[in-house]
Amino acid sequence: MNAPVLIAGFTLGPVVHRGGMAVLREVTHPDHPGPLLMKMPKLAEGEDPAAIVSFEMEQMILPRLTGPHVPKCYGTGHEPTPWIVMERIGGGSLLPMLKRLPRGADEVAALAAATADALDGLHRQGVVHLDVKPSNILRRGTEDGPMVLVDFGLSRAAMLPDLMEEEFRLPYGTAPYMAPEQIMGIRGDPASDLFALGVLMYFFVTGRRPFGDPQRMAELKERIWSDPVPPRALAPECPPWLQEVILRCLEPAPERRPASAAQLAFDLRNPEAVALGPRAEKLRRDPWSKRIQRRFHPDFQPQLRRKAAALPQRDAPIVAVALDLDDMSKEMSAALLDMVARLLAIRPNARVACLNVLRTNLLRPDNTLDREGRNKHVQRLLELRHWSAPLALPEYRLTHHVLEAVSAGGAILEYASQNRVDHLILGAKAGGITQRVLGSIPAEVARDAPCSVTIVRVREF
Amino acid sequence: MRIALLADIHANLEALDACLAHAAAQGAGRLVFLGDLVGYGANPVEVTARVRELAAGGAIVLRGNHDEAALTGPHNFSKLAAAAIRWTSTQLTPDARDFLAGLPISHEEEDRLYVHSEGSDPERWIYVTDATAARVSLEATEARLTFCGHTHSPALFGLTATEKLVAHRPAPDLMLPLLQPRRWLAVMGAVGQPRDGNPAACYGLLDTGASECAWMRVPYDIATAAQKIRAAGLPEFLAERLFTGT
Repeated sequence: MNAPVLIAGFTLGPVVHRGGMAVLREVTHPDHPGPLLMKMPKLAEGEDPAAIVSFEMEQMILPRLTGPHVPKCYGTGHEPTPWIVMERIGGGSLLPMLKRLPRGADEVAALAAATADALDGLHRQGVVHLDVKPSNILRRGTEDGPMVLVDFGLSRAAMLPDLMEEEFRLPYGTAPYMAPEQIMGIRGDPASDLFALGVLMYFFVTGRRPFGDPQRMAELKERIWSDPVPPRALAPECPPWLQEVILRCLEPAPERRPASAAQLAFDLRNPEAVALGPRAEKLRRDPWSKRIQRRFHPDFQPQLRRKAAALPQRDAPIVAVALDLDDMSKEMSAALLDMVARLLAIRPNARVACLNVLRTNLLRPDNTLDREGRNKHVQRLLELRHWSAPLALPEYRLTHHVLEAVSAGGAILEYASQNRVDHLILGAKAGGITQRVLGSIPAEVARDAPCSVTIVRVREF
Repeated sequence: MRIALLADIHANLEALDACLAHAAAQGAGRLVFLGDLVGYGANPVEVTARVRELAAGGAIVLRGNHDEAALTGPHNFSKLAAAAIRWTSTQLTPDARDFLAGLPISHEEEDRLYVHSEGSDPERWIYVTDATAARVSLEATEARLTFCGHTHSPALFGLTATEKLVAHRPAPDLMLPLLQPRRWLAVMGAVGQPRDGNPAACYGLLDTGASECAWMRVPYDIATAAQKIRAAGLPEFLAERLFTGT
């Protein structure tokens, strides 16, 4: 029996995976109970020397990432060969799902929303993944666990030197999923990850890759001017709203894609709020003449400009404003509107969700009120729209939601956390007997919210 | 161990004191002065005395082109720099002159090279402002890590595994990995006269154990430093630029 091989205190176990550029082994460590993996690059003769550059990029990025959407890093080193030790994620990748495509719209939307959450977690840390594909998306634990992104060898971190920047034998990435700007060598736009997720959704819904699996540069570039066959032409059961979302992600120009991963997740979780444009109804590709125009005419070519590197999408927050329609003075209504307008002025890509909580009484369910309740719901939606009209926002940046719940505070908090809201705005309450007894909703929300909260108060004197 | 790297103090006592206090609070156990103690600013004698004291306590102090010019006269200096160095020359005490005259041009310890300008020919005072200059310096020395100043603008250059040279502009106060076994050249910003658009004093904080380096930015009393420059009759622009970091 051979003595166990140790690297920096980690005992090497069997190889569990041999990838294109790296090998994964099981390892153990007396201080770290969890299942661990050691990743080492393939360094043999004939391997791509850029593999080591990419590996070192991951050595720099992974230890600096936190949160449930990345594997926890337990150390890196370069002796006797470069290595990274990370947490082993239990649930497996999305890769096996490719054997059973297409999938239903609901399943794909849920999967994509969870992946967009993970991308949001990454983008907020100033990192763009740049190799989003089924094999790099893992489920943490059980079916409802969060998605985990792995393999940061091609990633770009705004705050770190970009070791891959000078690797000119570009493009590096995975051909079917690569965004047009990546093909042109632009690294660091978070929208590149949304394009890749759009490809994944398309593939899962239709069973076909939108741009095939091209191997040559000229074929790769086709996606810049040639639009894919609309998903509904291949999968008639794909709802128009999902096609709208998928095709928005697949826009060649990054600024025409969703403004952030969180906003994409929002759309995927709120189908009724997706503004349907011509994309939703499309059943054929654009005519030949239009595609040729996009390919050759400078005025119609999608602009793939080089942006400042890897800016996290901080300018595209989700703002939610909660309106108490039962008890809101004219002054308060105006003050809330003014606050939202001011936030929009400094955050031009923000989107606004207008919320109202319709209280339901679980203790005394009354079927005769059903019809009235439904009317109430519709009436409140109308009131929300009426309130938000002066903001003059395009439909895709403004949504309205009536939440039915027993507790208003709880409903607002749940909404903010599920939809990754960045900023909650509420009106202060005038002090009254109920408030003294029950505590105020704004105070409860301010205390427990997962994001910034602004309480708006009307100055009286 | 944490090492504070202080470049281009340029006779700015307020900025120096702010950085020293900040570095002490960050647990810096060693100080390295990367040259240009004097020139431009109004406190050449006080700054030299302070650094001399620290040198007696073990700090490494290197010579910069302004330290040299204060003793031998300005060569290839801009009008502004020349005017300031002539004034500096008239201020320096014999003690200060002795101290500046004895400063070494570079210093090596473990895998690190400290030098004011760059490593290939330190006394030619070449500026490392781009990848080409960084490569020349890195290829001329054996040191894994080179720390220099001279440009007054923070920058980090690295040689990748495929010998490509990458350039990076470090964000303030953020520890960056100087990944093993790669070679890096770190240009510290200026303590006493930043020119990267950020008026806060800049010094480097190196963690040798983790092989990480941060470009720390420290607010200091610019108004006083500028007022002293004006009172000394030095060119007005030398006072003004401190407020804008240009």
